[in-house]
Amino acid sequence: MWEIVLISSLKVVVIMAVVLTGCAYATYMERKVVARLQHRVGPTYAGPYGLLQPIADAVKLIFKEDIVPNRVERITWGLAPLVSFVPALLTFIVVPFGADIELCGRQIKMVGSDLNIGILFILAVTSLGVYGIVLAGWSSGSKYSLMGGIRSTAQMISYEVGYGLSIIGVILVANTLSLRELVEQQASVGDWFIWRQPLGFILYLTCAIAETNRLPFDMPEAESELVGGYHTEYSSMRFAMFFMGEYANMLAVSAVGATLFFGGWQGPYLPPVVWFILKVFLFMFFYIWLRATFPRFRYDQLMAFGWKVLFPLALLNTMVTAALVML
Amino acid sequence: MNLDTIIFAISAVVAVFGAVMMIGQRNPVASVLYMIVSLVAQAVLYIQLGALFLGAVLIIVYAGAIMVLFLFVIMLLNLRGREDLGPGSPPVSTVTKFVVAGLFVLELGFVVWSGVFPESGSTGIQSAAGEFGSVKVVAELIFMKYLYPFELASILLLAAIVGAVVMAGRAAVTETDGSDDDDPVEEQTVDEVHG
Repeated sequence: MWEIVLISSLKVVVIMAVVLTGCAYATYMERKVVARLQHRVGPTYAGPYGLLQPIADAVKLIFKEDIVPNRVERITWGLAPLVSFVPALLTFIVVPFGADIELCGRQIKMVGSDLNIGILFILAVTSLGVYGIVLAGWSSGSKYSLMGGIRSTAQMISYEVGYGLSIIGVILVANTLSLRELVEQQASVGDWFIWRQPLGFILYLTCAIAETNRLPFDMPEAESELVGGYHTEYSSMRFAMFFMGEYANMLAVSAVGATLFFGGWQGPYLPPVVWFILKVFLFMFFYIWLRATFPRFRYDQLMAFGWKVLFPLALLNTMVTAALVML
Repeated sequence: MNLDTIIFAISAVVAVFGAVMMIGQRNPVASVLYMIVSLVAQAVLYIQLGALFLGAVLIIVYAGAIMVLFLFVIMLLNLRGREDLGPGSPPVSTVTKFVVAGLFVLELGFVVWSGVFPESGSTGIQSAAGEFGSVKVVAELIFMKYLYPFELASILLLAAIVGAVVMAGRAAVTETDGSDDDDPVEEQTVDEVHG
């Protein structure tokens, strides 16, 4: 029994460490790429090529004053950053990042936990992610936070429908809910599910961007209208937690997208883990590219797009896929 | 004591604790939060029983969608739970709720009792089949055995949604007109006069 506990704990610690480092360097990547796209150079002072910038940021945020406004609901307010951060981390438990390896005579699966309802687990965890934002908006006792919270709740619920439906196409084709089996079915480039689910992939990508509140769907924190949205009243590490939660979420949907549509860790020559990280950061690059390219949607456009375009398309995709699978 | 027992004990205690705290809160948001805690713990119990699909759906549907809608409404109305709750409920309802709660406890006790001591009760708890609650079994029940009842239930829900939209739409018309009149016929004439 303790062996299982030990191995699981080790895996969780490793996964957490990797994801947190990934989050830190995703911020660095974002700043560098956006800077390049805008003809700037980005961070350069901290270390060679500014590589130590995330550490400098973290130190700065830790030493900032932790301001607690008078009108907040203390407990809920303190809990909200954690609630938005933890579900994002949980997603990585079921995402496989390499082939099974032999270590000290026992088979070790390169996945936190190989649930045979992996995709449902991801959907469940994603649906819990909205609470951090809702609670932050409600408990801050500020009108900007409340507006940001209400907006993002509506947005995330709306796009979650499309998110779930876009994944169903892949499930129908693959006939499994386990992410490990999904990866095993995509051994070569020709087997990647993106070729069999092109519409599903586009829908997934769009909904994932809206789910993680990134531009051009970053309504909840539209600076020009809402100051900072749901995290207006947060400072110091509490703010940093929201920030890390957002990046962990981006990494999570990127990892799930890479697993569902791009064959996960499968790839020639390089070790599986490297392929996996490369594919995830390809998604991340796309995110950043979008951010530097598109202006923000208007809120009513966003909702109309979600319900009148994405939702029917996702239903259509599900129906057509189901019919083709039946034939 | 194995791992299963420990996990069961933790999630069972958390589930009951969350349920009790949910009832005891004055702050509606705190109530919703405790209910989510309880739901997640229940999902763990389902998953332990091997009903993976039921556990996941419990979180996706109840914790992830319905509770979010509850919170959404609470936020829109900006309820803070600090208002005076007003006078207590009338004696009739006090009696009713204690009677109903008592009956429920009796029923639950009987089920548990007949499960623990199978020969004392007429019908004990029957343990579910091994695959119960897995994706495949649930799908077979919903889409093959009970297809028509299931579809009928979804049509009923659809009708309820359409009804809600119609009623909400009428309220919106009243607001934009600025008239307090509830009669839809009169509103239409007002609309026509205003062009």
